[in-house]
Amino acid sequence: MAELLRFATAGSVDDGKSTLIGRLLYDSKAIFEDQLEAVEATSRQRGDEYTDLALLTDGLRAEREQGITIDVAYRYFATPKRKFIIADTPGHIQYTRNMVTGCSTADLTLVLVDARHGLVEQSRRHAFLASLLRVPHLVLCVNKMDLVDYDQAVFDRICDEFRAFATKLDVTDLTFIPVSALKGDNVVNRSENMPWYEGSSLLHHLESVFIASDRNLIDARFPIQYVLRPMQAAHHDYRGYAGTVAGGVFKPGDDIVVLPSGFQSTIASIETADGPVTEAFPPMSVSIQLSDDLDVSRGDMICRPHNQPHVGQDVEAMVCWMNESASLQAGAKLGIKHTTRSARALVKELQYRLDVNTLHRENEINALALNEIGRVTLRTTVPLFFDDYRRNRETGSFILIDEATNATVGAGMILGPAQP
Amino acid sequence: MDYELSHLDALEAESIHIFREVAAEFERPCLLFSGGKDSVVMLHLALKAFAPCSLPFPVMHVDTGHNFEEVIEYRDRAVLKAGARLVIASVEESIRQGRSVDETGPRASRNRLQTVTLLDAIEEHRYDAVFGGGRRDEEKARAKERVYSFRDEFGQWDPKNQRPELWSLYNGRHKSGEHIRVFPLSNWTELDIWQYIAAENIDLPTIYYSHQREVFRRDGMLLSVSPFITLQEGEVPVEMTVRYRTVGDATCTGAVESTASTVEEVILEVAATRVTERGATRADDRASEAAMEDRKKEGYF
Repeated sequence: MAELLRFATAGSVDDGKSTLIGRLLYDSKAIFEDQLEAVEATSRQRGDEYTDLALLTDGLRAEREQGITIDVAYRYFATPKRKFIIADTPGHIQYTRNMVTGCSTADLTLVLVDARHGLVEQSRRHAFLASLLRVPHLVLCVNKMDLVDYDQAVFDRICDEFRAFATKLDVTDLTFIPVSALKGDNVVNRSENMPWYEGSSLLHHLESVFIASDRNLIDARFPIQYVLRPMQAAHHDYRGYAGTVAGGVFKPGDDIVVLPSGFQSTIASIETADGPVTEAFPPMSVSIQLSDDLDVSRGDMICRPHNQPHVGQDVEAMVCWMNESASLQAGAKLGIKHTTRSARALVKELQYRLDVNTLHRENEINALALNEIGRVTLRTTVPLFFDDYRRNRETGSFILIDEATNATVGAGMILGPAQP
Repeated sequence: MDYELSHLDALEAESIHIFREVAAEFERPCLLFSGGKDSVVMLHLALKAFAPCSLPFPVMHVDTGHNFEEVIEYRDRAVLKAGARLVIASVEESIRQGRSVDETGPRASRNRLQTVTLLDAIEEHRYDAVFGGGRRDEEKARAKERVYSFRDEFGQWDPKNQRPELWSLYNGRHKSGEHIRVFPLSNWTELDIWQYIAAENIDLPTIYYSHQREVFRRDGMLLSVSPFITLQEGEVPVEMTVRYRTVGDATCTGAVESTASTVEEVILEVAATRVTERGATRADDRASEAAMEDRKKEGYF
């Protein structure tokens, strides 16, 4: 059974990220001849000295013309063991916004460092954002090892430095791999140039890193998305609550409580179009039937009576602000979408801004500008059913929406309930 | 029990989530359906998302009038079996009404005309969400498209001004007259589609499997002899064993030489192929490197 692994990469033009991705794609036969030909032709036309594999992902005309990456690009490849989705985030323009977007769904983040330069500000920023978004696995690829004579001392020094920095972060699984993307060392196969390295190649690591326990399997959470009520004689009394399991494991017979009403019932059955299932866990899309006829609708949540999320209108959160046209200020009113609930939110307080390079907190701020991250206190028009983001990425996340333009202007990660 | 899903189960769950989210949040969605394999998988997923209910939205075919007979037959059968309501938006009709003009010349195609017909139909039926079967692996302009792709009142896509899309929180807000194109297959690849077709035992139009056909070579592609194409000097029809990797307008969709006659054989072929499906078989994408981007900005699928 092939699993799905989503990973985000970040880096600037010079650290060899495109070469590394290009190699992973090429060696796994995910780059096709016509794509390669098109890229070669464009490179020639621009007068590049070598084929720029970044052109494989830079799909927009403006990107090709300006030689920049505007947006997150998604790339796909598969090996017999796993299917991979790469969220390739550009290193410069809209850096934070893109990295936050790419990391929000990632199981793993790949941070690239140039062996000649060691950790730079950007490497720390990558790692910090990955930890802020609670990406469960982080791989630091020390690239261009060929340019430092495959020297173990260089690799060790960079690892030590990174480990010291990572103690300030919330990184649970950290892996270091010395590679040369250009020469192929330790990318797909173990390198003979670095016999001192005893770990896996990058691809082998991506194929085997254990991700099944990354999702929250403890706190049962089922945000109701859609109510299935067939208007057919054959299914007269059928009422299925459809949704995607956001946490925990549900089984027929489980005692449950529905929020916000607090009504209790038991699970009569869990259905899919392929028939009933004995268990439902994240991220399965199922439909739950209850033993009792309750008034339940979209935006409600099914959970267990003895393990309930926070219920409240006052929330503390870290917010990444993504609006180009206006900054975020206290007093702002915005649309909010959290699980399947849509409401309005008032920004009661901006507590501090976090400098993503130094992790320094700046207090007494007036606004959060584009690509800035800060801690805010929100009050919502209706109660949300939420968990801390660090406990559950599905029930701990929200987006903020500008009510005038309908644009998505903020990404939020809940720290916990706030004092009303 | 280990709580893992196979990649196909995970992709299916994601797509079903998207279908349900749209049905819950939009007033008038519709599903584009051409009888092509991606739209067939879309219909299959949509039915699964709402079972045992019937489909809560109609399906729409933008009909160029230049069809493969087998596909139209399949379309009608599939829609009937699904119990869905079929809306046909006809390019022929748009031409008759003077909304668009047929291209002329030997390479005339109605591919681009579909955009006018599609946008008119969206406006006429006041659809606020339109499901399409586009995949990000298909084409590089699509690699940057969102699952929820916002379109302004002219149906235009602005690739530089897209809404960030985080977690599984989709922002479908729009004003009256604007709409959202929704791509539930964004994260699927051609191989995933075929593996899913095999796993779910999904019936496809017969032209996806090898068959004998009268074809001729043009621009390195094998085009089917049909009433819609005028043969040029030097173009000689020959009978070959072919199949289709994509199904679009008959005037610009090429066949590939293939003896793959079962879904298993197609999977082996797809896994071994070194050319993308659009590169191999679509004249519409060969116009220029930004052909897809330009058409998409205008409101194409």
